Amino acid sequence: MNYMTYDATDISTPTDDAAKQAAPEAVEPQPLRASGDEHPTDAPLSVHDLTVAYHRKPVLWDVDFDAPQGKLIGIVGPNGAGKSTLIKACLDLVPKASGRVRVYGQPYDEQRGLVGYVPQRETVDWDFPVSALDVVAMGRYGKIGWFKRVSKAHRRASLDALERVGMADFAERQISQLSGGQQQRVFLARALAQDAQLYFMDEPFAAVDAATEQAIVNILHDLRDAGKTALVVHHDLQTVPSYFDWVLLLNMRVVAAGPTDEVFTSDNLQKTYGGKLTLLDQAAEAMARQQ
Amino acid sequence: MLTTLAANTHDLSHHGATWADVVEVLTLRNYNTRLVVISTAVLSAAAGLIGSFMLLRKRSLMGDALSHATLPGICVAFLLHVAMGGDGRNMVGLLAGAAAGGLLGVGTVMLITRHTRLKSDAALGIVLSVFFAVGIALMPIAQRSGGAAAGLDTFIYGKPASMVMADAWMIAAVAGLVLIVCFGLFKEFAILCFDDSYAASQGWPIGWLDGVMLALVTVVTVVGLQAVGLILIIAMLIIPPAAARFWTHELWAMAVVAALLGGLSGWLGSTASAVFEDLPGGAIIVVVAASFFGLSMLFGRARGVVPRAWRHVVLSAKVGRQHLLRAVYERVEARGESGGRAVSFESLLAMRSWSARRLRRVIRSARRAGLVSRASDGSVRLTEAGRADAARVVRNHRLWEIYLINYADIAPSHVDRDADMIEHVLDAALVTRLERLLEERSGAVVPSSPHAI
Repeated sequence: MNYMTYDATDISTPTDDAAKQAAPEAVEPQPLRASGDEHPTDAPLSVHDLTVAYHRKPVLWDVDFDAPQGKLIGIVGPNGAGKSTLIKACLDLVPKASGRVRVYGQPYDEQRGLVGYVPQRETVDWDFPVSALDVVAMGRYGKIGWFKRVSKAHRRASLDALERVGMADFAERQISQLSGGQQQRVFLARALAQDAQLYFMDEPFAAVDAATEQAIVNILHDLRDAGKTALVVHHDLQTVPSYFDWVLLLNMRVVAAGPTDEVFTSDNLQKTYGGKLTLLDQAAEAMARQQ
Repeated sequence: MLTTLAANTHDLSHHGATWADVVEVLTLRNYNTRLVVISTAVLSAAAGLIGSFMLLRKRSLMGDALSHATLPGICVAFLLHVAMGGDGRNMVGLLAGAAAGGLLGVGTVMLITRHTRLKSDAALGIVLSVFFAVGIALMPIAQRSGGAAAGLDTFIYGKPASMVMADAWMIAAVAGLVLIVCFGLFKEFAILCFDDSYAASQGWPIGWLDGVMLALVTVVTVVGLQAVGLILIIAMLIIPPAAARFWTHELWAMAVVAALLGGLSGWLGSTASAVFEDLPGGAIIVVVAASFFGLSMLFGRARGVVPRAWRHVVLSAKVGRQHLLRAVYERVEARGESGGRAVSFESLLAMRSWSARRLRRVIRSARRAGLVSRASDGSVRLTEAGRADAARVVRNHRLWEIYLINYADIAPSHVDRDADMIEHVLDAALVTRLERLLEERSGAVVPSSPHAI
């Protein structure tokens, strides 16, 4: 595995990078904000000119970035900025109006085994008649394949994943009897059980207790230490600098993307969150009205 | 496989039922009864099984749209057969028409929800009523068409007694298919029902899996039309699974219990309608299933009302006894070594916010458990067993209080009430952890209270 090779190109000095941000026409190929076909082929995730629309109203517009290898990447932006949609589009869960997504240089459906996913907790019915271990075992289904039962080895792997999130004692507990934070950890364990290289996490920190938040942060750090990459939708701006190496500021389009200490500036945040009714929004409204 | 729709003559044609009749039905000695009872039971079991997944997929009402939409399909198939020179009573043709109509109905629901902003409840309501209305409108046309349309309304209300051997084979085949597919695709259906977008992200073809599930519901509905009728078949897809959910927290167990309850309902319902000729079979099956649902809701082990209430009663009695033990213990402790060991009823009453009636009840319960004894003047004292128990209770309470004050930042004035709730559910493992955590503070067997009692 060539985790480190891409890292090397990615670590550039702040001034250097700021200059590139300011001058996107730079001749020299740049890893952070490449355009056209200049995307590196070995990036865990590269998104090319992605546009997604719901009922013809654009939700994401020309999103284009490469996620660097082995980083914790925060996806930050206001409500309705398209953060979840970006993840879903990467996972082929919503149709793309245009653009393409590559995972380690290949289309997603050829790389599923390398990708783990933590959906938002509220998207499922926690009254479902399964235990915590059953849910985590779903992370192994892809490896188990059609028609076969969950074998001992896969149960073992699922239990290990639960252990890693500190939930081994709750393996047999029915999921409705878990607290919100515990449910979130079960979801995380399910993604860990996938044993992936690239993780998408949709608001794993939403409405969890402090202990769970810390547990999740620790796991993220473990993942990074093991050379994995994680894209995490995050809401709490306060904690962004301490949790993430890299941020993607999103509001329908990419406002900025890059190392946290360069990109996570009040100026960029103002661009991301301030003045909701940009020209882009107005155009989107107009398109929706047209229909 | 040509069979007739006409109701076959039935052996039990008396209006009243004698014991002999009942015994004959129950022992399944009669060929017709055996056929009807067994096939109805097998059909209902299959409906309960696939219905479990539909319920968890939150698609149960799709079955309702499907079943109602079979009627126009049946009528059209009938008219086509007449137009081709037949008498319309081609069972295979009619069932194929039913399936086509049903799938067309479901397809319409999907089209409406996908391409408009109408939600699925509106789409379902529109489709099931409109398709049913079209079917009803076609009925008189079918009746005037010259074919033998007399049996068509069997499909609406169901008439188990009209089943023949070919129907039984068809039901057996369908039930076998449902069983095999649900067993083979158990984990695939589970992930689909629990978290479809996650399943899709993993590459499971959720459209195909939904299609397989829908196909199974369609075949169950179509072969069940004769037994339960298209209005009521939905009951067999929803009620047994919903009842089963009260008994278990496990998916496979829920599916098995739903199949058992469904099968039992089909068995008892068709038996009852075989014994009492006037009882409409389809409706009775549903009523039986509903009574199972009622019993499950009340007594279901996992989440029935009564077991839950009982657990609450047991816990609150235990909590009451522990409160009493602690009150007596702390009273005696406050007096010191020289004080007596009997505590008056009045001083106990003053120690907590409990009514005299509740306190008397708690004392009675503790006495029965051999924890306290009562003197003739009404004062309470701990027995040997009671003292040991009380020491443990007080200890847990204080450990927990100390923990709350030191680690959870809860004000000492509030800590008593918070500890009150939790100490009763502390298990041994948790107590051990508390002990380790508070080791240096709690050298004593029972630590002293961290606040004024």
